[in-house]
Amino acid sequence: MELDAGRAAEQTARQSYGKLIAFLAARFRDVPAAEDALSDAIAAALSTWPERGIPDNPEAWLLVAAKRNLLRRVRHENVRAGARDRIMMAFEEAEERMNADNSTFPDERLKLLFVCAHPALDRSAHTPLMLQSVLAVDAATIAKAFLVSPQAMSQRLVRAKIKIRDAHIPFIVPERSALPDRLESVLSAIYAAYGLGWDGVDGEIGKQRSLADEAIWLGRTLLATMPEEPEAAGLLSLMLYSQSRREARRDANGRYVPLDQQDMALWDVEMIAEADNLLRKTGAFERFGPFQCQAAIQSVHADRRRSGITDWAALAKLYQALVMMKPTVGARVSYAAVTGKVEGPAAGLALLDRIAEREIVNYQPYWAVRAHLLTEAEDEENASHAYRTAIGLSDSEAVRQFLQARLDGIASPKR
Amino acid sequence: MQYALIIRESAEDFGRRADPTYKNGWIAYTQALVQAGIMTGGAGLTAPETATVVRRQGEDHEVKDGPFPEGKEQLGGFYLIDVPDLDAALEWALRVPISQQGSVEIRPRLQM
Repeated sequence: MELDAGRAAEQTARQSYGKLIAFLAARFRDVPAAEDALSDAIAAALSTWPERGIPDNPEAWLLVAAKRNLLRRVRHENVRAGARDRIMMAFEEAEERMNADNSTFPDERLKLLFVCAHPALDRSAHTPLMLQSVLAVDAATIAKAFLVSPQAMSQRLVRAKIKIRDAHIPFIVPERSALPDRLESVLSAIYAAYGLGWDGVDGEIGKQRSLADEAIWLGRTLLATMPEEPEAAGLLSLMLYSQSRREARRDANGRYVPLDQQDMALWDVEMIAEADNLLRKTGAFERFGPFQCQAAIQSVHADRRRSGITDWAALAKLYQALVMMKPTVGARVSYAAVTGKVEGPAAGLALLDRIAEREIVNYQPYWAVRAHLLTEAEDEENASHAYRTAIGLSDSEAVRQFLQARLDGIASPKR
Repeated sequence: MQYALIIRESAEDFGRRADPTYKNGWIAYTQALVQAGIMTGGAGLTAPETATVVRRQGEDHEVKDGPFPEGKEQLGGFYLIDVPDLDAALEWALRVPISQQGSVEIRPRLQM
C-alpha cells in the first residue's frame, strides 16, 4: 500500500513535470533551459511527495519551487541572462493561468511529443528525448535501457535539443495533411519505449517495468488528446494486450514461458477488457493501420482465454495484412511462424528464405523460428545449427535456457 | 528565421541545365519564392569544372583548378529564405525541383 502511494506520487510528479516542460518549451523552444529551470524542483518533488503526500495543485507546487530556485541561482549566475528572463515571463504566465478563476492549465505535452519525434531529429534520439523531457526519466536510466554509455546518451540528447532550439523546430501539432507520417513516428517512439520495458523483464525488474508503464501512460496521453486517431487507440490497445500477460511470461523459477504455454489465469482480465474495447472502437473509423493490426493480432491470442483455442488462420490473415502495410523483419518472421503452423513447416520456411540475409544475421527471433520450423520438418541437423545461432544471439538468460532445452530435446534422442 | 536551402546536383544535372524541362522547373520555383515574399537572397552557380580553389599552405597559398572533391553531388546554388520555423522551411525544400540524384540541405542562418 505504501509502495503504491509512493508510486502515485512519483507518477504525479513526472506528469506535472512534463506539463510544465511542455508549457515552457512551447513558449521559447529552449528545452535545455526549461529542464534546467525545473531540474531542482522535480528532484525535490520526487523526494518529498512520496513521504508527505501529493500537493493539491502539483503543477503550482513545482512552479513555486522552480521560481525560488531560479531566483536563487540568478545570484550564482548559472543561468544565461536571456533565457532567465524568458523563463521568468513564462513562469508568470503559467501562474496567472493557474490562479485564474476557472483555472485551466494548458496541456501542451502533445506538441512536445511531436517535437521529440520530428523527422529533422536523428531517429535514435526520438524515444530517449520523450522519456527525458516528457517523463523526467534521468539520462543514466535511459542510457542503460538503450545499452549505450551515459556519456553517449547525454551527447545524443544534447545534440537533439540544441537542434530543436537553433533550427527552430516548431512546437505545434502538425496539420492534417502531414499528420499521418508525423504521428507514425510519435507512435513508433512510444512503442519503442514500451519495447524496452518488455525486453527487460529479467534483470532489474523494477526499473524496466516502470518504463513499460510510462510508455502506456504516454499512449494514454496521446489518445486523450487525439481521440479521433484510430492508430493512437491501436497502439494503446496493443500495449495493454502485451502488458496483460506480464505476470505469465515467467514461471515460478523465473524461466521464460512462451505465449502458447502461458497460464491464462495469470493474464490481467481488466487490461484485456480495456484493450478489447479500444480495438473495437477503432473499427468505426474505417482507417486500418499497422498498430490496429498488431493489436488485432494480440486480441486473437487473448481470445484463447475465452475459447480455449488459438485461431491460427485468423492470425495468418492479420500477419499477411501487417506485412503488406509494414514489411518489417519482425512482422515477416512472425508471418512465417504462423504460416508454418497453419500450412506446415515447409510453407513457413519458404517465407523465411525470402528475407534478405543482411536483415537476419543479427536478428534472434528469425533463428528461433527457423529452428522451430526445421525441427517440425525433422531436419535435426539444420535445426540444431539454427538453435545454436538463436542462443548465441539472445540477450536474456531466460530465453537462452528455454532455447537450450529445446535444443537438448532434439539432440538427445539420437545419442 | 532565415534558412539557406543548399542545392547539390550531380554531373548529369549540371549537364541538363540548358534543357528546358529542367531549367523551367527552377525558374518556376524561384518565381514562387519571390511571389510568396520569403526569398531574401541566393544564387545559382556554374558547373564545378569552372571552379578554382585557393588553399592555405603554411604561410603561402596554393591555387588549383577544380572544386573540392565532394563525391557525386556538387554545390549547385542556394536560396536564402525567411520563414517562421523549420517546418515551413521543409515545406519549401520539398518543392525544390531537384532530380533523383540531387539533394537539398536546410541550414539556419547564423545569427550575428
